[in-house]
Amino acid sequence: MKKTGAQLVWECLVREGVDTIFGYPGGAILPTYDAMLDYPIHHVLVRHEQGATHMADGYARASGRVGVAIATSGPGATNMVTGIATAMMDSSPIVCITGQVGSKLIGSDAFQETDVTGVTLPITKHNYLVTRAEDIARTFREAFYIAASGRPGPVLIDITKDAQQAACEFDWESAAPRLPGYRPDLRPLPAEYQKALDLIANAKRPLILAGHGIMLSGAMKVVQEFAEKTNTLVAMTLLGLGGFPASHPLNLGMMGMHGEAWVNNAIQEADLLLAFGMRFDDRVTGNLKTYALHAKKIHIEIDPTEINKTVKVDVPLVGDLREVLDELMPHTPTLDHADWVNHIADMKGDSAVRDIQNLPDNGHLYAAHVISDLWRITEGKAIVVTDVGQHQMWEAQYYKHDAPRSLITSGGLGTMGFALPAAIGAKFARPDDEVWVIAGDGGFQMTMAELATIAQENIKVNVAIINNAFLGMVRQWQEFFYERRYAATPLLGPDFVKLTEAFGLKGMRVTRRSEVEPAVTEARSHPGTVVLDFRVEQEDTVFPMVPAGADLNAMIRRPKPALDVMAETGADGEWEIAR
Amino acid sequence: MPQHTLVAYVEDKPGVLNRVASLFRRRAFNIESLTVGHTEQAGVSRMTIVVDTDEQGARRAEANLYKLVNVLRVQNVTDTPAVVRDLALIKVSADASQRAQVMQLVDVFRARIVDVANESLIVEITGTEDKLEGLIEVLRPFGIIEMVRTGLVSMARGQLNGHGTGPLKAKSAARVDEVSAVAMSV
Repeated sequence: MKKTGAQLVWECLVREGVDTIFGYPGGAILPTYDAMLDYPIHHVLVRHEQGATHMADGYARASGRVGVAIATSGPGATNMVTGIATAMMDSSPIVCITGQVGSKLIGSDAFQETDVTGVTLPITKHNYLVTRAEDIARTFREAFYIAASGRPGPVLIDITKDAQQAACEFDWESAAPRLPGYRPDLRPLPAEYQKALDLIANAKRPLILAGHGIMLSGAMKVVQEFAEKTNTLVAMTLLGLGGFPASHPLNLGMMGMHGEAWVNNAIQEADLLLAFGMRFDDRVTGNLKTYALHAKKIHIEIDPTEINKTVKVDVPLVGDLREVLDELMPHTPTLDHADWVNHIADMKGDSAVRDIQNLPDNGHLYAAHVISDLWRITEGKAIVVTDVGQHQMWEAQYYKHDAPRSLITSGGLGTMGFALPAAIGAKFARPDDEVWVIAGDGGFQMTMAELATIAQENIKVNVAIINNAFLGMVRQWQEFFYERRYAATPLLGPDFVKLTEAFGLKGMRVTRRSEVEPAVTEARSHPGTVVLDFRVEQEDTVFPMVPAGADLNAMIRRPKPALDVMAETGADGEWEIAR
Repeated sequence: MPQHTLVAYVEDKPGVLNRVASLFRRRAFNIESLTVGHTEQAGVSRMTIVVDTDEQGARRAEANLYKLVNVLRVQNVTDTPAVVRDLALIKVSADASQRAQVMQLVDVFRARIVDVANESLIVEITGTEDKLEGLIEVLRPFGIIEMVRTGLVSMARGQLNGHGTGPLKAKSAARVDEVSAVAMSV
């Protein structure tokens, strides 16, 4: 039976198991929108196409399924660019569908024409320009397959208006992907396994570096088995959080620029690093010349271009993390590293003294308190979606994630404005879960129009704005590295309570720590979305901090002697670089 | 910076050249020359890419090329016995009095005169880069008015491919274990 290209789009989406799609209509995608009404897929009308891509991204990260966003040509498509780049950097499987002007008009600078496949070429895993209805089915099957397999990533399909309008036969079965050059199924050479096992057996101070790949390959169980069998401590990347339970005794916490001191020191002292599905980003290594010089390195990674990209490794095991570990486990010896584990435990004591959680309440509201309380009240079971900046790092430090896919955050690209739309996507993926946005007042203002989407869809996504009236992370850099010259970081925001009410939602303001628990509790029991405006300490600082490009163990620490001063005055005191 | 020569078999689809060129730009490789043409296999094109990079860089380029969905097979032929050719057309300033002299030089290099005008000649030469450079050097004193070069094309000798394991067939994509081997060697 003949169908139009527009109908084929929906036929394909239904067959790929898509239940929700995030988008914004426009001229070049109108035929596809017209056909939409006849298919059982829920369309979420966003307020900006960037939001649609973040929602698809949040949907994908929360569920592991492919998220889908749709927009029109030209500005609709270019508005998606930030969201696509975000998904690319964090290996998130999304498919973006864009309308394109008629194929006869391509190249003529027609109204709302943009070379979208050209623009998105370096920020997609792959992309397509479809000019014939006959090509739609195969393109969609390939796109979904590419997005979800191997190292996941965004795939864009640009469909001309005439391809949407033309009719052709629809044959799903014979439109199987034809991808002779695509190899998502790489596997290590047998000889490499033995080299890895030898290093594991001989290590005295081993450390697992646990990344996003744990979630992407579903390796949570085998990673835990491996860590327990070999008695190996686990340090987490930002995107790895949740991949190994925070409450597990072998979990050290987050590494890198704002990692805890004992984690970074452990990396520098280790004699074997087992990198599991992580890519030695500059934010986790610091200065490469001094990074983990005493350690042999085993890198289990599905993307061969990540091998030796920044850190030279001794044994690369290229393949799916879960499959590789399943292969290794039976041959892995049972080991005991009690001395090393105890040594690291001793290092924690010094940090505990410096931890803001252990200070008496001085009446000031600190973001770390808010997030720690939120963790306690939600029993650590919420899906937390963060924006980018100081609050993001405090979240990583103080919200302890035990479950995979319970933290959704823009790591690689560091996209402000990510949280609110990504949380909407996460809520659609897992409607029965409690979803919290934690955002700064800066990032929240970038995409707060999506509150209207929340109101229209009548969903519950609670929002905690960590409001310090500064672009806090940039202010922190200015404090440390630019002599406190606060260029363009003081930020005048709107009245977030009134703003929220204007969207028909509930808003509350919190200024004291004693108000945090009642407010969070009320927000949780309220049937609709609640936005909480936490007025926190304005010039608070994320500690510890490894300055960009500095040695990983050259951390700026919260100074011990200043703790008393801080408890009394709320001031940070002078910071120091401690090794 | 040493040069490395990569041969890539790619699906003959719109935009593939752009994807390859974009990859080299994105990863900050400097392309010395890039040629594309058909192969014995319909639907498959062959690219010869000369890049300024060290051995590790060449391997990274190879691994990145394999990551492109439309790339079927990649071969680093830098150290493989291979026939390597470049073609140049050189328009040389030469009037009647100089013509014989130029033609003598062209003969020595086994090049050919393909056009003669009152004040100039066009010389066609095929060969290795060294040979072309040699001819260009001796023609320069006469005055080179215009020159165009195709860039290198390369083909391994005999039955060898880059890994010395068999003939290189454009129609078959590289096997998973072959790509894995590239990944491990990066």
